[in-house]
Amino acid sequence: MKETETLETKQTSAGTTERISGSEAVVKCLIAEGVDILYGYPGGAIMPVYDALFKYQDQIHHVLTRHEQGAAHAAQGFARISGRVGVAMATSGPGATNLITGIADAQIDSTPVVCITGQVFSHLLGSDAFQETDIVGISTPVTKWSHQVTKASEIPEVMAKAFYIAKSGRPGPVLIDITKDAQVSELDFKYEKCTGVRSYIPVPKTNPESVKAAADLINAAKKPMIVWGQGVILGKAEAELKAVIEKAGIPAAWTIMGASAIPTSHPLNIGMVGMHGNYAPNVLTNQCDVLIAIGMRFDDRVTGDLKTYAKQAKVIHFEIDPAEIDKNVKTDVAVLGDSKTSLTALLPLLNENSHEAWLEEFKKLYAIEFEKVIKDDIHPTKEGLTMGEVLKEINKQSEGNAAIVSDVGQHQMIACRYSEFNKTKSNITSGGLGTMGFALPAAMGAKMAAPDRDVVAIIGDGGFQMNIQELGTIFQTKIPVKIVVLNNEFLGMVRQWQQLFFDKRYASTEMINPDFITIAKGYHLKTKKVTKREELADAVKDMMASDSAYFLEVCVEKEDNVFPMIPAGASVSDIRLS
Amino acid sequence: MNEEIKTFTISIYTENNIGLLNRISAIFQRRHINIESLTTSQSEIEGVNRFVIVVNITESQAKKIIGQIEKQVEAIKAYYHTDEDIIFTESCMFKIKSDLLFEEPQIQNIIKDSDTRIVTVNKEFFVLEKSGRRHEIEALHKALSTFGIMQFVRSGRIAVTKEEMKITEMLLAFNNQ
Repeated sequence: MKETETLETKQTSAGTTERISGSEAVVKCLIAEGVDILYGYPGGAIMPVYDALFKYQDQIHHVLTRHEQGAAHAAQGFARISGRVGVAMATSGPGATNLITGIADAQIDSTPVVCITGQVFSHLLGSDAFQETDIVGISTPVTKWSHQVTKASEIPEVMAKAFYIAKSGRPGPVLIDITKDAQVSELDFKYEKCTGVRSYIPVPKTNPESVKAAADLINAAKKPMIVWGQGVILGKAEAELKAVIEKAGIPAAWTIMGASAIPTSHPLNIGMVGMHGNYAPNVLTNQCDVLIAIGMRFDDRVTGDLKTYAKQAKVIHFEIDPAEIDKNVKTDVAVLGDSKTSLTALLPLLNENSHEAWLEEFKKLYAIEFEKVIKDDIHPTKEGLTMGEVLKEINKQSEGNAAIVSDVGQHQMIACRYSEFNKTKSNITSGGLGTMGFALPAAMGAKMAAPDRDVVAIIGDGGFQMNIQELGTIFQTKIPVKIVVLNNEFLGMVRQWQQLFFDKRYASTEMINPDFITIAKGYHLKTKKVTKREELADAVKDMMASDSAYFLEVCVEKEDNVFPMIPAGASVSDIRLS
Repeated sequence: MNEEIKTFTISIYTENNIGLLNRISAIFQRRHINIESLTTSQSEIEGVNRFVIVVNITESQAKKIIGQIEKQVEAIKAYYHTDEDIIFTESCMFKIKSDLLFEEPQIQNIIKDSDTRIVTVNKEFFVLEKSGRRHEIEALHKALSTFGIMQFVRSGRIAVTKEEMKITEMLLAFNNQ
């Protein structure tokens, strides 16, 4: 076994050997990988590792969440804001299965996370033992890699491989399941980082001919348009993207996962594509002559009806994952490789250009969207508060420097549409899976990974109650995260669909909520509740100035809708303004 | 533009690790594609396994499936082929009452004409084995079924390609990096 594994992987840096337990080896592997914070919840089958963590608590800080799902999302938030690998730990059985939603979320949003689960003794595997569950089997379709360790001697190599796979290429979650006997037995420990797995090509080579073909198409284009995604952020290619759009003068739009890679205020940043994106980039997707997709995967929420998506355009796709090429949209030129490498190769081949008349068309449509949607969202004249004006106030007082962690629903779309970003990695949200309950724990992880940044969680009253228990973690750990609950007493997005597509039959979307302020006070958080417009600015000011965790509830208009909107299955150019 | 559904033989070279079968079958299951047959065995390279999977899908589905399979960390390389690209065969076994071998002389002719091998004969039963194309096995089954078959089993398809597969070179390239 050992011999074949060594054939399959490459490792570096030899160290001296010491005789330690498997559980201590797990902790030493984490420290060797630079992990100083992890999130988790103890239980029977993982107790030896927790015992080892106790010994190393001066080097590695374990954050006790109140639910394993909270640990998984916290690890995601940690990874998303820092680009480092987030780590979550849980016991076997229910502890492990509670991680699954976070793992699935990390898989679809390409987030580097390593999850470690305890497992029953190997002689009990398959016997339906207490808290036994086939977590490797359950997690298989939602992990980049998963592996069960049954011998202590396997731990260093498997852990090294886990971190390498999670963070290399297109990142993703890895689950390592360790039986209790592997934790308690001893091994000769020596840690070597993994530098390659022979069956795995993390980054395909960028073909210079494809780059040239892309440059030729772009140089000849009259109406080029860029849509970038998270691949730009994961590939640390923000500066390269900016250089490309500025040199070639190309209007550039973003998916929600790509938000913040280029500052919101950049004159060539034309806003968000997709179901609740901006009017201009959606409509003009079907008028551009060359569509340049960079590190994005043509998700159905971005494309709407594929049969009517950008059919007039030549499509160029810059992408790290070969399986994404032609998956949803047929490309004319595919440029494989990581975004930094491919955009660096592209830049010198581009002609300096500007597309003033074409850019003007975006501005014209923006003016229409402003008049029909944005004005009433951010400068409302009606009595009730809007979600948009809350975001506007947060932008103003944070000067666009806060990281916004949003949950899922109407407030998420508003947060993505109206947040102003100066810095990359500032928009942390559950894009692909749409996991309600994501934001509160993800914001904890984000704040701990970036303590110098203001982290503001924007959450609806529905999603807040899906992981509300994490207020306990915030209280115990004193994570100074800013929590904004936009309370419309509805599951707002579902209610919006019921209004538009189900004749206002509001089946199970009205929420009779508890007093959130009393709950937050129970956790000894600073709190404020806003019900009137004139209270908003001071409340946000108080929150932004706070050095400790802060809970702000804003009671917003109950039945507001998010527009623009591409109805499900409609074409991007059939986007509705009302 | 409805693409034609065809039979594709998918060949996958993989590491020999627990759980990979689950990972690969999940790719088909998730897309609601029925696996017609699946065979795994060692390949020409020591320590490397080979899957041969037969599915009825469109070519664009086949391309996407290959992408998803190759994306798996422990899959080394995957290919899809039409029947024209490969040499392929299946194998089958019949268990039949021994009395019939003597009572029905026609069975002996069937065995001879179809190039079927007798694996064993004892007092109670005899066992036949045949490799070949599906239609040959079906024809044999039809011919023998009139006499009564105690047990019948057919394997999945195994196949080799007419074109070379450069797996060894890929693995050498990794080792020399």
